Amino acid sequence: MSTQPRYQERELKVVGTRPLRPDGVDKVTGRARYGADISLPGQLIGKVLRSPHAHARIKSIDTSLAAALPGVKAIVTRDDFADMPEEYAAAGELTINFRDVTRNMMAREKVLYDGHPLAAVAATSESIAREALKLIRVEYEILPHVIDVIAAMQPDAPLLHEEQYTVGVNPRPARPSNLAKRLEFKLGDVEAGFSRAELIIEREFNTKPVHQGYIEPQACLASYTEDGQAELWTSTQGHFVFRAQCAKLLQMEISKIRVTPTEIGGGFGGKNNIYNEPLAIALSKKSHRPVKMVMTREEVFRATGPTSGGNVKVKLGATRAGRITAATAELSFQAGAFPGSSVAPASMCAFTRYDIPNVRVVGHDVTVNRPKVAAYRAPGAPIAAFAVESVIDEMAKKLGIDPIEFRLRNAAKEGTQTYYGPKLGAIGYIQTLEAARAHPHYSAPLGPDQGRGVATGFWFNIGNETTAALNINEDGTVALMMGTIDVAGGSRAAMAMMVAEELGIPVDRVRPHIGDTSSLGFNFITAGSRGTFAGGMACVVAAREAIEKLRSRAAGIRDVPLEAVVWKDGHACPAEDGARQFAPLSLADIARLAGKTGGPISGHAELNVQGAGPGFGAHIVDVEVDRQTGSIKILRYTAVQDVGRAIHPAYVEGQLQGGVVQGIGWALNEEYVYDADGILANPGFLDYRVPVASDLPFIDTFIVEVPNPNHPYGVRGCGEVPIIAPLAAIANAVENALGIRFCDLPLSPPKVLQGMDEAAAGGD
Amino acid sequence: MTKHHVSATVNGDAVEFLCDSQETLLEVLRDELRLNGTKEGCGTGDCGACSVMLDGRLVCSCLVLGVEAEGRSIETIEGMAVGRELHVLQRKFLEHAALQCGICTPGILIAARALLERKPDPTEAEVRCGLAGNLCRCTGYHKIVEAVLDAAREMRGQG
Amino acid sequence: MAKILLSSSLAPFTDGETALELPVANVGQLFQALACRYPRLQPSLAADLAVAIDGEIYQDALLQAIPGDSEVFLFPKIAGG
Repeated sequence: MSTQPRYQERELKVVGTRPLRPDGVDKVTGRARYGADISLPGQLIGKVLRSPHAHARIKSIDTSLAAALPGVKAIVTRDDFADMPEEYAAAGELTINFRDVTRNMMAREKVLYDGHPLAAVAATSESIAREALKLIRVEYEILPHVIDVIAAMQPDAPLLHEEQYTVGVNPRPARPSNLAKRLEFKLGDVEAGFSRAELIIEREFNTKPVHQGYIEPQACLASYTEDGQAELWTSTQGHFVFRAQCAKLLQMEISKIRVTPTEIGGGFGGKNNIYNEPLAIALSKKSHRPVKMVMTREEVFRATGPTSGGNVKVKLGATRAGRITAATAELSFQAGAFPGSSVAPASMCAFTRYDIPNVRVVGHDVTVNRPKVAAYRAPGAPIAAFAVESVIDEMAKKLGIDPIEFRLRNAAKEGTQTYYGPKLGAIGYIQTLEAARAHPHYSAPLGPDQGRGVATGFWFNIGNETTAALNINEDGTVALMMGTIDVAGGSRAAMAMMVAEELGIPVDRVRPHIGDTSSLGFNFITAGSRGTFAGGMACVVAAREAIEKLRSRAAGIRDVPLEAVVWKDGHACPAEDGARQFAPLSLADIARLAGKTGGPISGHAELNVQGAGPGFGAHIVDVEVDRQTGSIKILRYTAVQDVGRAIHPAYVEGQLQGGVVQGIGWALNEEYVYDADGILANPGFLDYRVPVASDLPFIDTFIVEVPNPNHPYGVRGCGEVPIIAPLAAIANAVENALGIRFCDLPLSPPKVLQGMDEAAAGGD
Repeated sequence: MTKHHVSATVNGDAVEFLCDSQETLLEVLRDELRLNGTKEGCGTGDCGACSVMLDGRLVCSCLVLGVEAEGRSIETIEGMAVGRELHVLQRKFLEHAALQCGICTPGILIAARALLERKPDPTEAEVRCGLAGNLCRCTGYHKIVEAVLDAAREMRGQG
Repeated sequence: MAKILLSSSLAPFTDGETALELPVANVGQLFQALACRYPRLQPSLAADLAVAIDGEIYQDALLQAIPGDSEVFLFPKIAGG
């Protein structure tokens, strides 16, 4: 980390202001080009044949009738792709098992979920491609399926993978099972901790899978040339990772694939991994034509995302004085058809908001006949927090302690030992809780059938591989090339602002662009709230390199030693000591002379950024329950969060508001519904109901800034934390309104009515 | 398959195109007329990303057939700004940071303009109901509602 | 000698051992030494482990120096959405 600039308190001119986003005008005028907006002359349309069964062995695939249909130019099936052995390989920094990736892209021995791809067709029109799909004959041997995570862990459950033996148990199990992995984290002695507790609460929670719900379906366009070069345009959170995955799956050299990221219409983790991209390249190779593939919304629901559904058991012990003495949790997450749910990070952040001496957390990663899960904003953390923050709330209530006060008494702070690894560094959880307690919302009066809930969230945030290059143009303006996708939070604006701050020029003189995979070195996906943190780091390093060159040119032009020149407010100026006086040179002055003083001036950075600062949020929500219909209305919502530093406060607010509303959808409406045959029953926005404007109030935000010491502007990253707390905050508010604790999501009207009926009948 | 010849007006310009019977207005706009500003989010009329005006009425263009456009007038996002002058709503969306990924933005702008034409002085609740057919997954709608209310104020001359 | 602590989640791969001392000068050497000692830890070392050196977290930093008397914690790497 020694080469990375650290936090420095200083006067700021650009950072913290609210300039207009550089991608804004294109987006309000319809000019912005997303995945489906890119076309090439002569392109074909590719469509995918998907499994209508939840679990079946593929006996045969016959494409001959489809291939004979006029207009069909290429068909690919499992036979067109190399099998991959069980191999955990690096795809960029993402580690994936290519045996699974190739099988998820195109089924081989079995179909494992409703929607699993079996074949892809490229034809001269979409209607011909669809017609061709109907002509492909597939013979199946239908197998029993399993959808539920607990059912999948039973010894007699239908088995998805015959060679899957649980990782993480010693000795290796004698029989294969759907339990792909078991994780256990321990700190202290939980039995001793519970024996010291004066009150113990134990509860079990269930959440349903929810989809990232980006409004732009996956879309890509591939063009493969006769000399073996592929160009790919796609809507992605990480074009370098897509390139790596395509190269591996298609057994191509990385230099032969160039990926240009389009504008991305939402991702939230759902566009971290390839789906149609290798199919489009393979179809293009076979047909000698460009191939465009755009998913329908139904395909998006059936075969991409979602996040895991989970079962979480929590046990918490505390003293009467309000100190937590021990905590345990057991998390079982649906991984979908292939291993790799977010149960590991969920396990690691379940209790990390608290300083608890004795903790044990067990995580289970379980394969079921559903689409392979993808990351979704703070992957897994909302599920864990729903359970833990519900029990924390109940504990505070039973102890007669204010819920924020109870959290403060047990709050993690700098130096707190985590149960998964290191001690925590400089964090702002206590400041966040105190700001929430002081917020007028927390003490506002409530009406009948209304309740208030509080919950908190924690996310690690990450750095990772990041590059940037900035070129000082001849007129002193700056072209900034970033390798990290702006997944729409506004990181392009934030990067330009940090560069402008460094160079001492107005932000509108810096024009940021996302480079394709040939223009910069490798970048990890935009995930883990790393965009502005890690991308910003690279931009600052690149800007400082350019400043060194600008100083050197100025010293040459003015014929003074380099140390006599300092960079200040966009000018090369005489150093403070005043030993050598000279007329300052502006950035534009030096840029104009660049060609005659050594050539163009640029700065660049190629880093693996370390030192991410964890983020904490505290949410307050008021709800009103309609006792007739069971529907829950969100009356007021306040999200407080430590973001380290808000580079562009409006975009930080936008992250908080957007994350909260996704959390509200998760809590109240959203769920995957499967029928008895394992077929997804609600693959559309009509029956999978995401929040709409009329469901919601304004989402108030309060930004806390405890700088991350490992970033020149103190940035922590802010995109993921806001989705963590809403699930529990809303359940806690409903409990406050009705006196009924709901442990299963979503809190849909039928479930709330049922809960009220059971409570009236004297149930639990 | 015989194609139909259709004449219509798009953003004030006369256009002609050929389309299949089952082709939607959305497909015609995007694939035949190359007006990519109108987006497809669902294809079933549930997300509003493809909102356009058809003879002054707000419609989901994925639920209208291309042949239905015969002799009618269509307004899309590409016609919202006049020359270099952004529509007040477009400007307010930028000023209020009311967009993130932007994929829903064209549809929401078209729907918001239709709302303000009908109701120049809407309440917050009326804005929220007026935009309830347009899904946004990024913003939580907060800044969108603020931008529409602010645009309404300016359009009423109370800027 | 650096003090090496392994997250309890790694115990199944090290026959329960979670604390040891190793004479290593950087993260790459540490991973090599651990792979020799615990062959079943190899896949995790190659793929999904992060380290904290005296509280500072590093992911994918094989050349990062480990000062002689530092405390090094190994735990699962984090990605995100």
